[in-house]
Parts: sequence; structure tokens; C-alpha cells
Amino acid sequence: MNLLDPQGPVAAANSTILVDSVAIMLAIVVPTIVAILGFAFWFREGNPRARYQPDFVYSGRVELVVWSIPALTVILLGGVAWIGSHQLDPAAPVPGTGSPVRIQAVSLDWKWLFIYPDQRIATVNTLTVPAGAELNFQLTSSSVMNVFFIPQLGSMIYTMNGMVTRLNLRADNEGKLQGLSAHFSGDGFPDMMFDVNVISQLAFPDWVAATAKSDAVLNEESYKKLMQQGIEAGRPVYRLDDPRLFDLIATQHIPPGPGPQVASDAPHSGGQHAR
Amino acid sequence: MAIAATAGHGHGHGDPHHIGLVIEHPGPAPKRVVTGFGFWIFLLSDIVMFSCFFAAYAVLLGQTADGPKGAELFDQRNVAIETVCLLLSSFTCGMASIAADVRNRLWFYLAMAATGVLGLIFLALEFREFAALVARGAGPTRSAFLTAFFTLVGCHGLHVTAGILWLLTMMAQVFAKGFRADIMRRLLCFALFWHALDIIWVAVFSVVYLLGSTP
Amino acid sequence: MLGKLTWSAIPFDQPIPLVAGGVVIVALLAVLIWVVVKGHLPYLWREWITSVDHKRIGVMYVLLASVMFLRGGSDAILMRIQQAIAYQSQGYLPPEHYNQIFSAHGTIMIFFVAMPFVIGLMNLVVPLQLGVRDVAFPTLNSVGFWLTATGALLVNLSLVIGEFARTGWLAFPPLSGLVYSPGVGVDYYAWSLQISGVGTLVAGINLVTTVLKLRTRGMNYLRMPMFCWTTLASSLLMVAAFPILTATLAMLLLDRYLGFHFFTNEAGGNVMIFMNLIWAWGHPEVYILVLPAFGIFSEVVSTFSGKPLFGYRSMVLATMAICVISFMVWLHHFFTMGAGPDVNAIFGIASMIIAIPTGVKIYNWLFTMYGGRIRFTTPMLWSVGFMVTFIIGGLTGVLVAVPPADFILHNSMFLVAHFHNVIIGGVLFGAFAGFTYWFPKAFGFRLDERWGKAAFWCTFIGFYVTFIPLYAAGMLGMTRRMQHYDVAVWRPWMIVAVIGMAILTMAVVCQVVQLVVSIRNRESLRDRTGDPWDGRSLEWATSSPPPVFNFAISPDVRGEDAYWEMKAKARQQQFAHAQPEYQDIEMPRNSPTGFVCAFFASIMGFALIWHIWWMVILGLIGAWATFVVFAWRDHDEYVIPAADVARIDRANIEERRNLVSLAGSV
Repeated sequence: MNLLDPQGPVAAANSTILVDSVAIMLAIVVPTIVAILGFAFWFREGNPRARYQPDFVYSGRVELVVWSIPALTVILLGGVAWIGSHQLDPAAPVPGTGSPVRIQAVSLDWKWLFIYPDQRIATVNTLTVPAGAELNFQLTSSSVMNVFFIPQLGSMIYTMNGMVTRLNLRADNEGKLQGLSAHFSGDGFPDMMFDVNVISQLAFPDWVAATAKSDAVLNEESYKKLMQQGIEAGRPVYRLDDPRLFDLIATQHIPPGPGPQVASDAPHSGGQHAR
Repeated sequence: MAIAATAGHGHGHGDPHHIGLVIEHPGPAPKRVVTGFGFWIFLLSDIVMFSCFFAAYAVLLGQTADGPKGAELFDQRNVAIETVCLLLSSFTCGMASIAADVRNRLWFYLAMAATGVLGLIFLALEFREFAALVARGAGPTRSAFLTAFFTLVGCHGLHVTAGILWLLTMMAQVFAKGFRADIMRRLLCFALFWHALDIIWVAVFSVVYLLGSTP
Repeated sequence: MLGKLTWSAIPFDQPIPLVAGGVVIVALLAVLIWVVVKGHLPYLWREWITSVDHKRIGVMYVLLASVMFLRGGSDAILMRIQQAIAYQSQGYLPPEHYNQIFSAHGTIMIFFVAMPFVIGLMNLVVPLQLGVRDVAFPTLNSVGFWLTATGALLVNLSLVIGEFARTGWLAFPPLSGLVYSPGVGVDYYAWSLQISGVGTLVAGINLVTTVLKLRTRGMNYLRMPMFCWTTLASSLLMVAAFPILTATLAMLLLDRYLGFHFFTNEAGGNVMIFMNLIWAWGHPEVYILVLPAFGIFSEVVSTFSGKPLFGYRSMVLATMAICVISFMVWLHHFFTMGAGPDVNAIFGIASMIIAIPTGVKIYNWLFTMYGGRIRFTTPMLWSVGFMVTFIIGGLTGVLVAVPPADFILHNSMFLVAHFHNVIIGGVLFGAFAGFTYWFPKAFGFRLDERWGKAAFWCTFIGFYVTFIPLYAAGMLGMTRRMQHYDVAVWRPWMIVAVIGMAILTMAVVCQVVQLVVSIRNRESLRDRTGDPWDGRSLEWATSSPPPVFNFAISPDVRGEDAYWEMKAKARQQQFAHAQPEYQDIEMPRNSPTGFVCAFFASIMGFALIWHIWWMVILGLIGAWATFVVFAWRDHDEYVIPAADVARIDRANIEERRNLVSLAGSV
């Protein structure tokens, strides 16, 4: 999950900007820290060689320099921020090879549902994607806010009930990655980690076909069961009944998740769940 | 301080740019100024609070959740009467301030009582409006729009209620203690408060009832 | 009759909070019994609880902050241990506890440690620096303090009765809404902040008015000590920002209590309003905390370098620039919500712009040291430690202000490390520097230097050992608020962090020992001059501790560094004092208004949390009646006769003169 070991173009660009920004700032920060320690040491009371200048209280030249150093740094970094924000906007397309894959992610209490509307399948807590293809995510939440984040693929994005956020990513190398929720969402929050399987573009249709044979069907009814609070230890997969399920969730035609179901008159035990 | 008392006229670096004239600060302001100033700061903070409710109202204006819109709910005649009441009460409140300044008890009581009555009429009209809305199923829990409406207007109404409570307390104070310096300072604050409520009402009137009732 | 309150609210089945709460209650009772038995109660009531003296109130604020610091620190220890052991296991804290603990830690450290600490120091010092006798509204000042204490009381009460919020320190809806948090935790959170928020607002109004309207003769704006400037900026932010918090929490409470729909998922509620409003308060809030700390460092660096502050006007400009810009950056807290590239970039750049005046401040402190004659006392150590640490925090701060970098660092342990870097390295170091620097002024004796330095080094080293690992964990993708995790590479860093936490704990022990040792050795540490550090501003011109009226004769200021110049002048004139003419001094009478009002506020807050409506009404009426009774009194001031003033002042001058003639020079 190392941010400095990116597995896709977005993450690579994110971490390049991160490293470059640190380098730009270090160029000023290191000399400043050295100067602080140096001045503090040299002008200590016990140093007879240091000249005491109690009247050195203002210097136009020094002021000019101390205002311009941080200002110039910020102008430089501001440029980085401006260009970076536009190039790496989560909704900006990330061209890839092969046909793009549409994935609709829903954060539930406390698991991730990934709907592949074009493939008519859905998975929970695992995300399987073809390497090299553009991944178009549409995200929403069944209840509270969460953040969808695969550290080695880059840019995270919030999921919110009644709203759809967009994110485009690409995974370049086959392998197993991990994703997580990066916004606290309640008691089961730490169990919202999910597997990301990046497989070859050739293997992807096979995986889709295998998944589509699943006995379990995802429709409004089974979704409502799934959105009850609880953590999901297994990695269930579904055949998708209605490809518009995501829209029904995002437009609140399916009402939001119900929250804790334990009677709330015992205040400190409300919201406990099976673990 | 003794040392302070003998300190001469040395300039030091009080004026490093040698601009020349430095106007000496005369010292702490008189109590009346300090009190009024502090209360002004409070009023500004209160206005910041109201602006949050205004912002929420502006954002939630369209979120009617298939419930009634502002245009279907607001009775402009009622609002007009409310506005007239409050504006008049600001005038009578000003009269009360003048009466207090010239130490005329009778006019003071009369003007304060008129202010209070006008305020009460305003509150009664607002209460009637709220009750009617709730009765026809357009209460604050109906939609986010109505939530924001009731909160913003209700918050102003609560301020008016508190103002009336304060008004009565001030009348009692003047009755018991007369126009003492500390009571005059409080009257100043009360007057500022009452006028500020009027200004906020003008904003409520324009934003909520005028802009809010455009279909 | 008792609303939602039943016996099940007390966690008999959960030993940790019960024992912790029990110990606190027993300790409190013991202190109370000791106070009553020893007959200290009348003294406490007369001299402290009902006091409207800004110095006493300042001391009580700092005391409250210190006590709450122990509570918040314990939470931190519990969290670090949990994350060190909860690898592929549940650790020792179940989620419902762990989640309360991190929520309480954040809430307490910001609202009941950092805030009262800086407000306390401002209260204690600013009137003295301005050369005046009290703040603008002394009784209101007392009310403000006691309301803050009420908030702290309610937060601690949640340990034993009911629960605290499990939502994080900002209680984002919809998680904090009634549907997803049906318990009383969020209510405890919201009401304690509403009540203490009133206290903070009052403190802010008071300090703004004091600085703008009550300065002694000749104290022009551009002669005010830097700490007064930062106080002004900080209190202006309090006045402008806290109403936003009040409004936001009011909306959340309306949602929870009356079924309104501001932030609910249903009926068109919009959580983005909450996000925007809470950060419109939350970002200025960090400057409310750090600006006074900047002021403290300015005083300390200049005093111990034996030089006036370098680039004073530039510093004033930088302070006010930070004050204004801090309101224009709130959106950087949610770059990852998909606001669009233009918005993100504009707010990112605005956030970076704040780094400019902040950087200028660092350089000006640097040049204040240049050509100085630096004495490395404990406050100076804190200041140099701050400058180094804060630059690193600033670097990581600017880094997360770059939206693409924030896209992978948002909400991570990296972010946690960043804001601890600036809050510990900035606010806490500043609070401790101010504490050791002004302690002799408040109590008349210095703090033990050896233990003070030990505390500094433990904090300094402990800080890096704790938080560098958190930076590293963030770079490894670790997000915050994880009750347990299965990622092996995070584990070693969590273990190092717990070692750092142990060092930080030792630092706190050193602080406590320092206090105890100093109180025991107070005679040898006594400050008889009123000016233990060879200070530059007016607070050192009066005795330590100052008389209730601060200054027998209102000082007449002729330049920056007022007291430094008075001393130079006095030296020139061979200490030939003219006999001043003393006059009667009017001082505000003590008043129990603040305490009684807070008593009713506590009742009301508790009743609101548990839906005990009759008790709410009782509390409301009580609070209003308290104010009416206060308003009804006929004598709100008492007079200290000129003869008494003269006696106190002459004794003070005599003592100083003896010391000076003993030493041969000032």
C-alpha cells in the first residue's frame, strides 16, 4: 500500500507531485532550520565572539528577502497546484487500452459493493479489474459518508448518500492490491478494507463469465438485506438483476440504510453488531 | 508606577521610520463607550450566526421533497403587517432612548410599553403563521426547505422573545433604580439589540419572503 | 420524570470507563473533603470562585486546561496502545470504546485544553501588557470561564453516565444524525460545545474590547507588545468564527431533537452545508489557537535574546494577514469530495498563501536572535524547539494544500501527524513557553529550570518518536481512526509510536514534578523584583504577583518595549524617583454570577442531553434569574483608598530598590 510505489498513472502522478513539492520546500526549509540552530547556538550568552547588536531591529533589505522567499516558493507551488488540480481532477479521463470498464461503487455499513452494470455482475469487498483499461467509477453511499481509496492506484473520493461522485483510474500491472475506506463511518469502519485484483485483459471476460454464474442475485430485495449494518467476512459475488440498481440507490428511490437496529434505550450499547 | 511617572520623552524605536507625528493614545475609553463597543461586537457575532442560517436557507430553498414551495405558503399580507409592527417598534424604541436621555419617566414607560406591545403583536402573528403551516402539514419536518425556513425565522422570533424579556426587565430596573449610569448603559445595549433585530428582519423579509416566494 | 436516563446509562458491565470514572470521582471528592475540612472553602469562594480579577480567571483557565490535558493525554495513550496491539486482532478496546476515545481526545484537546490554555494566558497577561487594571467586562469574564468549565464537566460526565460521541471530533452527519447515532453521545458532544462556545464567544468579545478600547496612556496600536496583537487577531477570529459553530451545532441538534432535515439523508437534507460551515469555523479555529502562541514566542524570543522584536511592523502585518486569510481556505479540508479542479486549485493556493506571513514570522524570530545575547531558559528552549518543529509541520501542511498530493494523503495518518506537528509544535510548545515565562508573574516565584528543561527535551524527542512513524504509516496508505488492521507493514511504525508516547508521558511527569519541586522550593525561587527575566513589556513593571489593581499609577507609554525604556531611563537618572501622587482606585466587586450561572447551565445541559424537560426549564429560569439578580445590585465597585495603594506600591518599590542596590545594577 506504499504511496511511493504507484501501480497506475494517477497514483504515479500524485506521488510525483508529492515528492516534487517536498523537494521544492526542502530547499528552503533545510537552510532555515540550519540557520535557526546556527543563530541560536552562535548568539548564546556565553559566546564572547558573538557581537551583541541590540539595535538591529529593522532592515528593509532583510524584510524584502523574508517576504519574497516564502512568496516565491508559494508562487512555484501554486503553479504546481493549479496544473496538478486540473490534470489530476478525479473526473478527468485516464486513457487506457481496450474498452473502458464502468464500475459503480456503493459504500454500505460496513462493506463495499461494486456493481459492473455492463457485465451484469456485482461483488462485495473485492474489486476485479483488467490491467491497462480505463476504469470509470461512479460512487455513492447507502448511508453515511465514506471515502473510496486504493492507495497504489491514486486519488481517493468521497461517497455520499443521494449524491454521485466520479473517479477515473487505471491499473497498469497485474497483481493484488488493497483498498480501504478513508473516512470514519462507524463501528465496522476498520473492516471496510477490500481486495483489488488486477488481472489481464484476456482473463477479465473469463472472470466476468464465471461470476455471472453465481447463484446469488442482486436486486432491490437482496440489496436491502446487504445494506443492514454488519461486516462481511466473505467475498460474495452476485448476478445483477437490474442494471439500473445504482441509479435507484443514488436517487434515493431505495431509501438510505437503516442504522443500528438494537433498541436504543441502552445508550452505550446501541449499534453493537455481530462480529 | 514610580518609574513610569518619571519616564521622560525618549522616542526609542516607537517611530522607526521617523514619519514624524505620533498621536499619543489618550488612555482607556469611558465606560459607556466600552460597553457599547463590546455590545456592537456581540451584535456582529450574532449577525454571523444569522448569516449561517441564511446560507442554509439559500442552499435548501429548492429542497422541498415534493412538498409545498414558498410561493404556495407565504402570506404577504401577514408579513407586511409583521414588518410594519417591527419598524414601528424600532421607532418607539428610539423614543424610549430619547426619553431616557432627558430623564422623562412617563414617556420612557409609554414608549417602552409601546415597543413591547408591538413586539408581542409581531410574535403573535408569527406564531399564528407557524401554527397554520404546521396544521396544513407544512411543518419543519416536512422538507429541508421548511426546516431551513422555520429555523431562520424562528431564530429571529426567539431573539424578539428574548428582547421582550429584556425590555420588561429594563422597565422594572428603571422603575426600581431610576436612570442610573449603569442602567443607562444597559438601555443603550438594549436599544442596539432591538434595532439590530429590525435590520435582520429586513433581511429575513427580503430573502425569505420575497426571494423565497418566487415560483 | 427523568427522560431517557435510566440505570442502564451507567456502564456497570464495562470496567474501563467505570473504574476510570470512579477514580476521578473519588479523587474529586477527596479534594473537596480536604478543602472543606481544612476550612479552605471560604477562601476559595471569596478569592477564586467568585473572583472577577482577570489574573485569577486566567490562572483558573490554565488550571482547567492542565487537568483536561491529563484526561486528553490518557486518551492518547489508550489509542496508541490499541493501535500497537490491534494487528490482526481486536486489541483491548472494542470499537464502541475506541471510537469514543478518539472522538473525546480530539474534542478535549482542542476545546478544553488548547482553547482554555491560550485564553487563560491572554486573560492573565494582556491587561498587564496594556497597562490597565482589568479587562473590559470583568464579571462576564468570570461567566465565560465558568461556562467553559461546564462544557468540560459535561464531557467528563459522559465517561460515567451514558456515552460520548463515536463520530470523531467534528461529528459529521449523517453519521452523527439520529438514525446512525441514536445514543446520547453526540448530544453530550454538541451541548458541551454549545455551552463552552458561549464562554469562548464572551472571552473573545471581552478581549477584543479590552485591546481596542482599554489601553493605557500612550499605548498606541503600534506600541502594543506582539502578544497583544496576536490576542487581538485571535479574539477577532473567535468573535467571527464561533457563531458559525454555534449555528452549525444548533442545526445538528434540531435534526436530532425535533426531526428537522438540515443534514439528514431524507427530505432533501444536505451534508455539504455541514461540511462547509463546520470548516468555515474549523479552519479559523486553528489560527485562534496558534496566533496567541506566535505572540508568546515573539515575547520570549525577544526577551531572552535581549533585543526588541525584529521587524515589528512586518510581524503586525503578518498577524493580521493570517487573521483575514484564515477565513478563505476552509475548502482545503475536503478537496477529495470532487468539487472540481478550479475550486480545488483556488483554495489550495489560498491555503499556501497563509504560509507566506507564517514564514515571515519564522524569519523575523530568526533575525531577532541574530545579534542577540541568548539566554537558554526553559521558555527559550520551547521557542527554538517550536521554530524547528513548526517549519516541518508547515512543510507537510503546504504539501496537503496541493490538491493532487492531498488526493492520496487526505484523512491518512500523514494528516494526523501533520496537524499534531503544528498543534503540539505550535500551540502546546507555545502554551508551555508562556506557562514557564509568566508563571513567576502569576505566583511570585519561578519554576524549577532543571525539571523544566527535562520536560522540554522529553516532549521534543517524544514528539518526533511518536509522530515521524505516523507520517511513515500515512505514506504506507494507513488511514486514521482504525480500531484494528491487518496490514503488516503498518505494525512496526505503530510500535515505535507507542515508545514515543511513553517518552511523552515522561514529559508530562516531568511537568508535574517541576510544579511540585518549584512549590516546595518557592522561597529560593522567589521573584522579588517583579522582573525575573529582564523583561521588556509592562507586565514586568509591577510586582509579582501584581496587586489586585495591577498598577498603582497608570503607566505612561512612550514607545515600543515600554518597560525596557523605563528601565533605561531610570538607570540614566540614577533612580531618582519623584514621589507619585496616589489616588483612590475603583475596582469591580467579586460576584458569584459566573459560578451560579454555570451551575444552572450544567443542569440545563445535562437535562437537555437526557431529555428531562422540566429540568431544562428550571435551568433556563435559573440562569436568567441569576442575571437579573446581578443586574439588580447597587454597588458593583469598591474603592481602594489612596493610602492603601501608596503603602502597597511603596513597599514594592522599596523591595526593588534594595535588590537593585544589592546587585549594583538592574
